[in-house]
This record gives sequence, C-alpha cells and structure tokens, in this order.
Amino acid sequence: MNRITLDLWVGVFVAIGLGALLFLALKVGNLASANTGETYVLKANFDNIGGLKVRAPVKSAGVVVGRVGDIRLDAERYVAVVTMNISSQFKFPRDTFAKIRTSGLLGEQYIGLDVGGDAEVIKPGESVKKTESAMVLEDLVGQFLFNKAAEGNEKK
Amino acid sequence: MLDRATSALRGLGHRVTSRIWRLGFASRFFLATLLYSGTSFRRFFLTIREIYFTGVLSLIIILVSGLFVGMVLGLQGYDTLQRYGSSEALGILVALSLVRELGPVVSALLFASRAGSAITAEIGLMKATEQLSAMEMMAVNPIARVVAPRFWAGVISMPLLAALFSAMGIFGGYLVGVVLIGVDEGSFWSQMQASVDFREDIVNGVIKSVVFGIIVSWIAVFEGYDSEPTAEGVSGATTRTVVTSSLAILAADFILTAFMFRGA
Amino acid sequence: MPNEPLVRISDLNFTYDRRPVLTGINMTIPRGKVVAIMGQSGCGKTTTLRLIGGQLKPSQGEVRFDGRVVHELDAADLYAMRRRMGMLFQFGALFTDISVFDNVAFQMREHSNLTEAMIRDLVLLKLNAVGLRGAQNLMPSELSGGMARRVALARAIALDPLLMMYDEPFTGLDPITMGIIGQLIRKLNDALGGSSIIVTHDVQESLQIVDYVYFMADGKVVAEGTPDEIRASDKAYVHQFVWGEMDGPVPFQYPSAPYREQIYGATHA
Repeated sequence: MNRITLDLWVGVFVAIGLGALLFLALKVGNLASANTGETYVLKANFDNIGGLKVRAPVKSAGVVVGRVGDIRLDAERYVAVVTMNISSQFKFPRDTFAKIRTSGLLGEQYIGLDVGGDAEVIKPGESVKKTESAMVLEDLVGQFLFNKAAEGNEKK
Repeated sequence: MLDRATSALRGLGHRVTSRIWRLGFASRFFLATLLYSGTSFRRFFLTIREIYFTGVLSLIIILVSGLFVGMVLGLQGYDTLQRYGSSEALGILVALSLVRELGPVVSALLFASRAGSAITAEIGLMKATEQLSAMEMMAVNPIARVVAPRFWAGVISMPLLAALFSAMGIFGGYLVGVVLIGVDEGSFWSQMQASVDFREDIVNGVIKSVVFGIIVSWIAVFEGYDSEPTAEGVSGATTRTVVTSSLAILAADFILTAFMFRGA
Repeated sequence: MPNEPLVRISDLNFTYDRRPVLTGINMTIPRGKVVAIMGQSGCGKTTTLRLIGGQLKPSQGEVRFDGRVVHELDAADLYAMRRRMGMLFQFGALFTDISVFDNVAFQMREHSNLTEAMIRDLVLLKLNAVGLRGAQNLMPSELSGGMARRVALARAIALDPLLMMYDEPFTGLDPITMGIIGQLIRKLNDALGGSSIIVTHDVQESLQIVDYVYFMADGKVVAEGTPDEIRASDKAYVHQFVWGEMDGPVPFQYPSAPYREQIYGATHA
C-alpha cells in the first residue's frame, strides 16, 4: 500500500465520518434551529410548574420561540421562578399571558405565550406578569369525581 | 483443614495482588503512551497508516451493522408504537436509541472485536518475533513508534465510526419506517429534530464514543505489549482484549449514562 | 584509550524471580575481534547479550561498553550507545509490515537527516554486502529463512556499528546458508573494524570464524580460549560439547529417582 492511496482512503474515511457527525447535528438534532442567533431572558413566576423541565420549548401560537433556561423556587414566596431564553427576533407585549401546557394528553410540557394587545413590549430580564400554572392531572380527576359526587347528592 | 483454608486464602490473596499489580502496570503503560505520543503527531504519517488499519478497514462492518440495527429498530419500534397510536414518534425512538446508546456502544463493541483484536495480535506478534526488542536495540522506543500511533488512531477513529453507525442506523430506520411501512416522512424527521437535542444527546454520544475509543485502544495496545511472546500467549491476549474491552465498554457506558442523562 | 577492550564484563550477576541466571561472569571483548559465547540452551547466553545492550539491568557487577558503565546511563545516553551497536536476532526479527528496503533504511530514517537519495545509495550498498540487492522490493514474508537472516544482517550494520551482536545466527539454517552467514560475519567484522559477539551452540561453524571462545554452563563461564585451545581441550564438559557426545558431565537423564525404586516403588506403597 503506497502512501498516496493510504492518505486518500484515510481522507475519505475522515470526510464521511465528519459528514455523518454533521448529519446528526443538523438533520437529526436541533443545532440548526435552536442554538443559532442571539437570545434574551424573560422570567415568569408560576404557582405550580407540574412536570416542566429545563430546555422545554417556549412556544407562541405553536411556534417555538425559545427554551426554558432555568427553574428555581423562590424561597420567600414559594413560587417557581422560570427563566426563559427567547430568540431576540421576537418581542412580546406587556400583557402577554404565560401558560404551562401539555402537548397531547400525556406529552411533554411547554410554556405557551398568549400575546395580548399592549403597545409596550417586555424588556429583557423583566418578568411576564400574567401566568397560569400547569394543570395537574390528579387534581383534574379529583375535581371531576368530586363534581360527579356532588351531582349525585343533588339528585337525591 | 486449616492448611487447606490458609492455602485457599493465600491463593485468593495472590490473585488479588497480581490483578492490582497488573492494573498498576497498565496505568503506568498508559501514562508512558501519552508521554511518548509526540512522535505520533510530529510524524503524523505513522498515525494515518494506523487510522487506515483501524478505521477504514472497520468501515464495512460498522456501516452494514448500523444499517441492520436501524432497520430492526424501525420494525420493532413501529410494532410497539402503533399500539399506542403514536407511530409518528418512530423517528424519535430510532434516533434517540442510536445517538445516545446503540451508536457509541455497539460500534465500540464491533471496533473492539475488529480493530482491537487486530492491534493486540499485531503488537503481540511483533513482540513474539522480537521485532520490539530489535527496535529497542536500534535505539527506537517501541512505545513511541509502535504503541502510541495505534492508540491515537483508535481514539480518532472511534467517534467517526460511531457517528457513521448512528447515521447509517437512522437511515435504516427511515428505510423501514417511511419507505417500507409508510410512516409520514415529515413527522418522522420533524419529531426527531424536535426531541433530539444537540448538546444533550449528540454531544454526549460523541463524548461516550471518545471515552470508549480510549478504553478499547488502551486495552488493545496493553494486552499486545504485555502478552506472552508465544503463539498461545498472543491468541490468549487477543481473546482477553475482546472480553475485557467489551465488559469495560458496558460498565463505562452505565457510569457515563448515569452522569449525563440523570434527571434531565 | 585504544588499549581498553570495547566491552568489559566484570563480576556480573543477574537474578530473575529470585532464580540466579548469571553468576560471576567475567569477559572481555577486544576491539577488532570476533568472540563466541557458547553453551547449552538456557545457560544464560542470550541474557548476557541483553545485559550488554542495556535491555536488562544486572543485579550485581557491571558491563562497560567503550569505557562507560551500561546500566548507569540515562535513557538518552543508552539510546545513543545503542546506535553504535547492531544486533542480529535469532530469527531476524525483520519488521513484517514493511519491505526489505524499508527495513534496512529504518534506522537511517529514524536517526539521521540523510536525504532519500543518500539513504537509497546506502541501503543498496548494505544489501549488496549481503548479496541481496535484487531483493529490495520483497516483503519479509516472501524471504526464505537464510535470506531473512541476511537482510537482518544488512539492517543491523546500517549505521556501521562498533559492536555487532549475533543471537544464534545459525539456528535453523542449511549448511550452505550457515557457511554464507559465517563468512559474512567474519568479513563484515574485518571491513567495519569493529568487534563482534556471537552467541551460539553451533560449535563447528563458529570455531572456524572466531578469535576467542567463552564456554558457559549454568550461568557461569566454565572454559575459555582460542579455537585451537578449545578443540584440544581435555576438560570433560568442553569435550562433550565440542564433539557432541550423548553422555558426560551433562547427563542424558533428567534428574529423577533411581530407576529401580520408581519401577518397583508402586508395590511398596
């Protein structure tokens, strides 16, 4: 095996290996969509975040506009402080509503931003004032059963 | 009776101390390999040659097994997912299992049996035929000239092979899921992209394969260098390379997974 | 110091795993001479070579090469010393993954900044000396045992060493090839003006080409002298070895219990 053929084969190998890595990063992973561009920070306080995880998507009208960066508990008020990294190209009005939602019945949880009509936008680092906590399935089921039981009592 | 008990204990003690001694020797050998690695990069042709033997010659086995593993994942995954009416999540299942686990682990296992055993056999034979001794007498350090280039070639080839395995597997899953069964192509790719995170999944998978590359290459060159210089010695060392590195890969995989994907 | 012998071994002891391999070895290898170390397999001949080459460290005593104590050299000096030594291994130890040409060129490429053209000339010169210039493009696997030994010889003399060491150079060769190798060893020694050590148990072939002989048994030097003295020696061990007799000081029987006792032993038990 002479040196030139050897170099050629190794070159081909390294090239398709790096190509496969690139394919994984761009086509399979979310490198192309998520990590590009500048982001700014928005905060929101929730009474209950349910199963929300760091890196969960933040969506507006169903379109991903950012990701959850950090989740902490405020030790004084006992509310969850969620930090969101929002893509700089999107600005949201002051009266935007942040809700924790579930994709499908049992799917992953995300933050939905429902846009209001205020002329002023939220500045980077500020908090979204209006929030709605996660719906906890057990609570819903409990409430449903309680209502049913109450209905049953009334009929008697 | 007491005699037998003491001799059994002594046997156990001897076995433990000799294992620990060997581990210490292997660690010193590892450090020496790193210390004498200059040659592998100054005269990079030495390493390129070994990348050919470890990487390029492993391509066929890696690509073919990757394709089949992906196709099987496609079939099995579809069968399970469609019971819960979520067959469009097939892309996620195939991609995540490959990128996080199967890609790095299976390609490392294949790499150990294809390239690792070859490295051990080659170095062991060089030792048995006194080529290493001859090199020493010619004032050339065999660790710098023979061991280090093979070690680095393994470390460089492993992540590339693992990436190829995963990419090929995803293609295999696509073939079975989308082309053969008819899962919607759009949701196959988009669901995959939405759930596979670059840092969390792909970078961690690459880190895993680099670690496996270090483990397999280290074991392979050490077993070769430490083998008994006889025919049985070399064949025994080759077997030990495959067994030891397979166990080490699986154990390291558990540890790495526990650190990387804990609670995320 | 031109009168100082090239290699002087004084009071050398070597133990491996608490088992003494060499005890109290004294040898001198004068400049320009060919010296043979003879003895049975496993008597410590090859170990002696490895101690001279610095691949092993003595438990006691010392080996001096060109006036310097081998085991006290640091790694760099040891490697510098080895560049002035050449060693022919028992079965050649050619690098099996590169061609004959590259084998001979190996040391020149590793240790010198010679241009490829100069290396080519030198390699052809060395291969010509062993009569294998025509085999430069063959791979080691394509060579016969004798040719491999000659290529290894060409490789060993690549840097014109002061000291050549031959580890069993005649093993497994036919009489013709044996004669060729023997003549090459002598001629190359005289041409290079260095010294040579031949470790061998092939008495007749080596007695024809060497200047001095050391006999070793059980890790000790038991006899020494010029070839004529050795042939005429009346020491029982040397006589048995030189003339290849079956029984003598080296017994035919492996140590065992008396024959009678072992045959009838079972009935006593």
